[in-house]
Amino acid sequence: MIRPHFPTRFLQWGTPMRERTSGRTVGGFRNLFLQGPAVTLLLLWMLVPLGMTLWFSFQRYNLINPMISGFAGWDNYTYLLTDPALWTAMGNTLLLVGWVLAISVIGGTLLAVLFQQEFFGRGIARLLVIAPFFVMPTVGALVWKNMLMHPVNGVFAWLSNLLGLPVIDWFSSMPLTSIIIIVSWQWMPFALLILLTAIQSLDDDQVEAARMDGAGPLAIFWFITLPHLKRAISVVIMIEMIFLLTIFAEIFVTTSGGPGLASTNLAYFIYIRALLDFDVGGASAGGVIAIILANIVAIFLIRTVAKNLET
Amino acid sequence: MNPTMTKKLLLTLLAWGIALIVFFPIFWMILTGFKTEGEAVATPPSLFFEPTLAGYHTVMARADYLKFALNSIVISFGSTLLALIVAIPAAYSMAFLPTKRTQGTLLWMLSTKMLPPVGVLMPVYLLFRDMGLLDSQLGLTIVYMLMNLPIVVWMLYTFFKDIPKDILEAGRMDGAGTVQEVLYLLLPLTLPGIASTGLLSVILSWNEAFWSLNLTTSDAAPLTAFIASFSSPEGLFWAKLSAASTLAIAPILIFGWMTQKQMVRGLTFGAVK
Repeated sequence: MIRPHFPTRFLQWGTPMRERTSGRTVGGFRNLFLQGPAVTLLLLWMLVPLGMTLWFSFQRYNLINPMISGFAGWDNYTYLLTDPALWTAMGNTLLLVGWVLAISVIGGTLLAVLFQQEFFGRGIARLLVIAPFFVMPTVGALVWKNMLMHPVNGVFAWLSNLLGLPVIDWFSSMPLTSIIIIVSWQWMPFALLILLTAIQSLDDDQVEAARMDGAGPLAIFWFITLPHLKRAISVVIMIEMIFLLTIFAEIFVTTSGGPGLASTNLAYFIYIRALLDFDVGGASAGGVIAIILANIVAIFLIRTVAKNLET
Repeated sequence: MNPTMTKKLLLTLLAWGIALIVFFPIFWMILTGFKTEGEAVATPPSLFFEPTLAGYHTVMARADYLKFALNSIVISFGSTLLALIVAIPAAYSMAFLPTKRTQGTLLWMLSTKMLPPVGVLMPVYLLFRDMGLLDSQLGLTIVYMLMNLPIVVWMLYTFFKDIPKDILEAGRMDGAGTVQEVLYLLLPLTLPGIASTGLLSVILSWNEAFWSLNLTTSDAAPLTAFIASFSSPEGLFWAKLSAASTLAIAPILIFGWMTQKQMVRGLTFGAVK
């Protein structure tokens, strides 16, 4: 391993002889020793399950029926890809990810601009508005399901009655929309938290100069604030995407993927295959598809972060 | 009233209006926790009522509530402690002994975070079944430690990088070895950063629900699984559910509020500071 700044270190370290004779290997061994445990653990955590998922996806393997065994070739994949349920789940996944992203990113950006302004009690208002991000997903989903969206005793039903509007039975008439609302409520504060931090590094002088030149608030937002937030927004989008692709707990405690498949996403679909149908082969093939999807997003995220490391 | 004052008042109204709407579900849950079961489901919803601790008493009286809470505490703090022990040396060497490979290693660590848990559910489930780790505190601790390790390394790395190298080198001149250097110089200097890294890891483990729902059934089930059990018909007891939920989220909400600033770094892998 090559160590930059070697000459200065070598002068300052006070052990010139040892450093000089075995400088490269000493540094190399030291790094290996220090980083070794973390790297080894993560390598095992990644490769072993990944390899097993790939292997299982080509096997006939059912947990409750040992008679089903042997090499399956592409059978698990063809079976899965021709199953309309998979495509329903994929469609739901895309709808869920797309809508939550749109709501949380647009909402988060506008709120970041609002909560950046001077107003009374700003500190406390900020704490309140980011709070949902720290709430356990099972708690958040159940509070919405029982206390807000319940068609008889929920707050929304009471409000609808008060305004003379028809009462909506959220989870049976629009299950996916309900889940999108709940998940957006959890993730918009995340976008806000990140973007509020990013907006604080905006140069006040630049904004002031634009204002002097006669730029209105909208022009300032569009031509100065938004370009400044570009990178932060792209990071938010990618991180949210990775989490949103595999939303599970919110569906588990509210609709269980139903009615029918109406709110089943890819993660829930694989869960049904795996732990309810005990079809290891099929679930693993689904897992491989989920991994491929996540990696498409991941490549872009890693590129953005890498760009940041260099500067 | 001058125009800037009017503007500030309008902004205050708008921002507080939004903040209160966003916070309302949490507020409503806390409030419901202090109602009787009858009041909890009353229509129209009662805003003014005689607060009672009955919900809390029922939750605490359930012998298993404490078991779930204890599981959450042991698993999230245990996994965080393990992650810090493994990550501190790694982050130290990346920040102070950088090589050409450091950047690659960091990015590779980030990439392990991209593996969707549902993609490896089957192998992890089967491995844990064969090793007797299903429904055990140890099993979930290991999973959470590995899940958070990349974030912990990244966050520590960004905090360590801010420490001027001269300080450590001065220590070295005075004859401090690596261990002493880390223990007596680096750790005290970066303690706030390490604390917020640890808190973020605790928060993520505490709230994690995919692995806890799939890898535990009863013995090692943490609070996420306990709350999820209310989704069954038992969910009709709203006051009880609210009391249990309030207890489950209160510590995390406070941790989150305390560390929100530093957390942004960790959550965005240093891309936003």
